[in-house]
Amino acid sequence: MSEHCREVVELLYQYLDHELAEEHRIVIRRHLADCPPCFDVFDFEVELRVVIAQKCRERVPDTLVSRVAEALRQVEAQGAGPEE
Amino acid sequence: MPFMDSLYNAALRMTRNPADAEDLVQETYLKAYRAFARFEEGTNLKAWLYRILTNTYINAYRAKKRRPEESDIDDVESFYLYRRLGDAERASASRSAEDQVLDRFTESEIKDAVEALPEQFRMAVLLGDVEGFSYKEIAEILDIPMGTVMSRLHRGRRALQKRLFEFGRQRGLVAAAESTTDG
Repeated sequence: MSEHCREVVELLYQYLDHELAEEHRIVIRRHLADCPPCFDVFDFEVELRVVIAQKCRERVPDTLVSRVAEALRQVEAQGAGPEE
Repeated sequence: MPFMDSLYNAALRMTRNPADAEDLVQETYLKAYRAFARFEEGTNLKAWLYRILTNTYINAYRAKKRRPEESDIDDVESFYLYRRLGDAERASASRSAEDQVLDRFTESEIKDAVEALPEQFRMAVLLGDVEGFSYKEIAEILDIPMGTVMSRLHRGRRALQKRLFEFGRQRGLVAAAESTTDG
């Protein structure tokens, strides 16, 4: 792994998180285009994130929706509305 | 009710229990309703609701179910899963792409791996990788500095990858690198 690869890998999460300034993004984008081993790491991390976000989803139980709606109605009926 | 899907999702990963998660979500909406006058128009409603959710969780649920933080979390290298899958693959000479292994993880394995994270790392990973909040938003929701957000995210991701690799090995999705090296 070259010195340049090390620098890129160091910043890879910030790059993936869209938290890098454009000047740094360009450097990383170019390196990834030219360096298959670094691109593989990048590609894997992107895929992993998609898998985690997709498989960590829950369907809200219908009972919860009605329960919360009912609780809010009660608060409203008691006149304890939003604070001013 | 805005954002109930994602709030319930986070509540379930935090409390690890549907009954507690439902109570937490209800409490969050009630508090948000009462405090709505303090919500600044034009700012991020989703982040504001998450802040109420995490504060409520920390105050009401954390105290009764405190777990010790894992101490070995720093020993995990970066890109752990990718590197270990790569090693296993080379050892077994099967050229299945690392990405294919990812697709074979079940929903409950991914959820278990997230829920197994120590709490502060779990929150950072949920907010960052599942909900897609920025570092700045996570800093505001959890009321911690940006540097702490980054460190918790990075460490949480490494720990999550280590756990997934262990699941993969247990299920035989990943060849044990050690046992196949002379083949």
